[in-house]
Amino acid sequence: MKQHSTFNLQFSTTIIFLLFLAVLAVPVTALAQDAEPYAPTDDEINAIAREMFCPVCENVPLDVCGTQACAQWRALIGEKLSQGWTEEEIKQYFVDQYGARVLSEPPREGINWLVYVVPPVAFLVGAYVLLKGLRSWRQIEPESTPLVNDEISDDYVARLEDELRKSQ
Amino acid sequence: MNEETTNNPVSEVPQEKTGPQWGRLAVWGGLLLLMGMLAVGLKRTQEGPVQPGQMAPEFIVTSFDGQNYNSAELRGKVIVLNFWASWCKPCEQEAADLEAAWQYYADRGDVVFLGVDYVDTEPEALGYLTKFNISYPNGPDLGTRISQAFRIRGVPETYIINQEGMLTHTQIGPFTSLAQIKAVIDPLLDQ
Repeated sequence: MKQHSTFNLQFSTTIIFLLFLAVLAVPVTALAQDAEPYAPTDDEINAIAREMFCPVCENVPLDVCGTQACAQWRALIGEKLSQGWTEEEIKQYFVDQYGARVLSEPPREGINWLVYVVPPVAFLVGAYVLLKGLRSWRQIEPESTPLVNDEISDDYVARLEDELRKSQ
Repeated sequence: MNEETTNNPVSEVPQEKTGPQWGRLAVWGGLLLLMGMLAVGLKRTQEGPVQPGQMAPEFIVTSFDGQNYNSAELRGKVIVLNFWASWCKPCEQEAADLEAAWQYYADRGDVVFLGVDYVDTEPEALGYLTKFNISYPNGPDLGTRISQAFRIRGVPETYIINQEGMLTHTQIGPFTSLAQIKAVIDPLLDQ
C-alpha cells in the first residue's frame, strides 16, 4: 500500500512537472515563431518577377529567366518581401537601381505615354480613313452613272460626236 | 469655245476638295514623326559601343561607400573604367590583373581606376570585391545610366580615357594579363 501511494506521488509529480514544462514551452515556441523571418513562397516571388525583365536577358521575363543574374534578382525580391516591402515598393527599388526598362509595362510618364497613346490613336485614324474612303466610293458610284443616261449627258455625247465628225 | 469648255458637263463631275487638308497633314506629320523616332532608336541600338577617338560620355560613379567620382573633375588623369558584375564569370578572369594594375599605378596619382557594377545585387557585389581583394573605387550603375551612355554590350568591358577626356582604348571582354593593361595605359602617361 505504501508502495502504491509512493507510486501515486511520483506519478503526480511527473505529471505536474510535465505540465509545468508544457506551460513554459508554449510562450517559448510562440516567441520562436515570432522571431522567424517571413519566408515568401516562390509563387509570391514570381508574381512580382513575371512583371519584370532583367536587362541582361532581354525579352525573357524574370520569373522564367535561368541566368545567375536573374536568380540573384529573384532572391532579392524574396528578401525584400520577407522584410515586409510591398510589390510597389519593390518595383520602385528595382527602377531606382536599374532603370524603368526593368518593368514589363513602362511607367505612364514622359515619352512613355507614346506607348499607350499611339496605338489606339493610329487605330482610330486608320478606321476613320477607311470609313471615309468607303463613303466616298459609295458617293461617286450613283453620280457617275446618270451622266450617260440623262438628257444633259445625251446632249453632251451628241456634241462630242459632232465635234469628232468635224475633226475627221 | 472657251465658254463651251467651261459649260461642259464634264466639269460638273464632283472635284476633290482643294486647299489645306489639316487632317491629312496631321496624319502624315504624326506618321513621319513616329518613323523618325523609330529611326533614331534603331540607329542608337545599332551604333555599338563608344569608339576610341570619340569623347567619352560624362558620368558620375557613386561608390558603395558613398563617394562620388565625376569624370569632369577627373580631367588631367587617365581613367580606367571597368564594367563588371558578380554573376559574370569572365570578369573573374581579369579581377586580379586589374587590382594588380591599380596597385602598380596607385602611387602616381595620375591614373584612376573605377569599377562600375552592372545590373547586380549589392550583397553579391560586395562579396565579389572582398573575394578578389579589389581596393579601387567601385559602385553600382544606378539606373544603368553609365552603361547606357557607353552603350556597352555586356560585361566585362573596360574603357580607357585619356587626360583630355577622350576614349583611347576599348577592351571588350576580359584583360588577359597585367602586361596587357599596362600596354594601353603607359603610352598615355608618356605623352
